[in-house]
Amino acid sequence: MERQEILLEMNHVEKAFDGNGVLEDISLQVREGEVVSIIGPSGSGKSTLLRCATLLEKMDGGELIYLGKHACRQEQDKAGNSYCSYASKAELREIRKSFGLVFQNFNLFPHYSVLKNIIDAPMSVDKVSKAEAIARAEKLLAQLGLEDKADSYPYQLSGGQQQRVSIARALALQPKILFFDEPTSALDPELTVEVLKVIRQLAKEHMTMIIVTHEMQFAREVSDRIIFMEQGVIVEQGSPDEIFATDNHRVREFIGKMNA
Amino acid sequence: MDFFTLVTQLAEGFILTVEIFVLTLLFSLPLGMIVAFGRMSKNTIIRGIAKAYISIMRGTPLMLQIIVVYFAPYYVFELQMGRGYRFPAVIIAFAINYAAYFAEIYRSGIESMPVGQYEAAEILGYSKSQTFFKIILPQVIKRVLPSITNETITLVKDTSMAFTISVAEMFTIAQEISAGSTSIMPLMVAGVFYYIFNLIVATVMEYLEKRFAYYR
Repeated sequence: MERQEILLEMNHVEKAFDGNGVLEDISLQVREGEVVSIIGPSGSGKSTLLRCATLLEKMDGGELIYLGKHACRQEQDKAGNSYCSYASKAELREIRKSFGLVFQNFNLFPHYSVLKNIIDAPMSVDKVSKAEAIARAEKLLAQLGLEDKADSYPYQLSGGQQQRVSIARALALQPKILFFDEPTSALDPELTVEVLKVIRQLAKEHMTMIIVTHEMQFAREVSDRIIFMEQGVIVEQGSPDEIFATDNHRVREFIGKMNA
Repeated sequence: MDFFTLVTQLAEGFILTVEIFVLTLLFSLPLGMIVAFGRMSKNTIIRGIAKAYISIMRGTPLMLQIIVVYFAPYYVFELQMGRGYRFPAVIIAFAINYAAYFAEIYRSGIESMPVGQYEAAEILGYSKSQTFFKIILPQVIKRVLPSITNETITLVKDTSMAFTISVAEMFTIAQEISAGSTSIMPLMVAGVFYYIFNLIVATVMEYLEKRFAYYR
C-alpha cells in the first residue's frame, strides 16, 4: 500500500493537571484515510489526548502538527524548562479548519434548527454561500437518514439522531480529520447501533478518523489501528488483530472485561 | 375636583412615569451587560470594581441613591444644577441602580451556560464575538427573561420614588391632589394606573417568553 500523507503528528506530548501527569510522552501519527481507535480504562488520559489534539486543552510539552503546520512547538525557557509555544491565533484558526470533533453529549445548538446547526458554521466561519451550505447540508442529512428532520429542533430528536446531526454539522465544514470523543457513551444500545453505522459508512469512504471509544467489537471491526492507553501512556498499539491477540497481560484483561 | 379632571391630571403624570420607566430600561439593560462583563473579567481590578459597584447599588436604598445623585453635584462639586436636573437625576439614579440588578441576572445566565456550547463553537471555528452573539446570548436571554420580568415589574412601582425629589410623575401628583382635597381617591386611581401598567408589562414579557419557547 502506498504511504499516505501524514495529517496529524503528535510528538512527546505532556500534560498535567495541578501537577498530576495525565499524558506522558505520547507520540502518534495519523495518515490520510486511517481510522485510529483509542481504547483504555477511564482516567487513562484518552479524552485528554483528544482534547489536546483538538486544541480544547493546552499541552504542557511536546509538538502538535497538522498537515506539516505546527500548532505548537516545544521550546525551552531560560531556566531550561520546556514548554509549548502555540502558533498565532490566525494560524490556529487556519489549523482548526483541518479537523472536526464529535462530542460525547452532542453539544448541538438548541436554539437552532437541525438545518441551521449544519449550515451556520460553513456560512459564518468559512463564508460559504447559503445555497452551497444548504446543498451540503441536504446531502449530509440524506446520507445520515435525517432528510425529514431539517426543520426539527434538537430537543425533538432522539439521542442517536442528535449525534448524527452533530456528525453532519462537523462534516459540513469538510474537515480532513474527524475526532470522536466517546460518541456513543450517552446512548442506549439501540441508538448506539445507528451512530456506529454512520461511522462505519464514513470509514468505508476513507474518512480519516480518530475515535475514543468503549465499543471494543466496533473498534476491532472499523479501525486500521488501535491504541491502548493507560495512566497517561500508550501501552500498546497495532492493528486490531495484533491488539486482540496481544501478549500484554493488561490489554488482554481490559479487552476481556469489556467483552464480558 | 371631578373624576374626569382627576384622571386627566394623573394621566399627565403617568406620561412622566412611563418616560422614567422606558429611559431606565433603555440605559440599564445595556449598562448591566457591561457591568456583568466587568464582574466576570479575568482582570482582578475590573472584577473588584464591578463587584463593589453591584454590592453598593444593591445594598443601599434606591431612595437614598436618588437623593445622592440629585444633591451630589451641589454638595460635592458646588455646581448649581437648577430644577432641570431633577428628571435627569432620577434617570441616572434608576439606571445605575437597575444596571446592578440586571448585571447579576446576566451573570447568572451566562455562567449557567454549559461549557460544551463554547467548546462546540470553538471547534466549529466561530470567533469569540460570533460565539457570544450567535450561540450564547440568544440562549442567555431565554434563561434570564423570567428574572428580567420580575425586575421590570418592580421598576414600574419604583418609579414612584421620583417623588423623593419632587419630579411630577403620577405618584407625586396623586399625593398632592390627595393632600389638597383630603381624599383617598387620587391615590386609589393612581394605584389602578400602576396596576394596569403592570398588566401590560406582564403581558408583553409573557409574549416575549413565548417567542423563546420554540426550543428547550
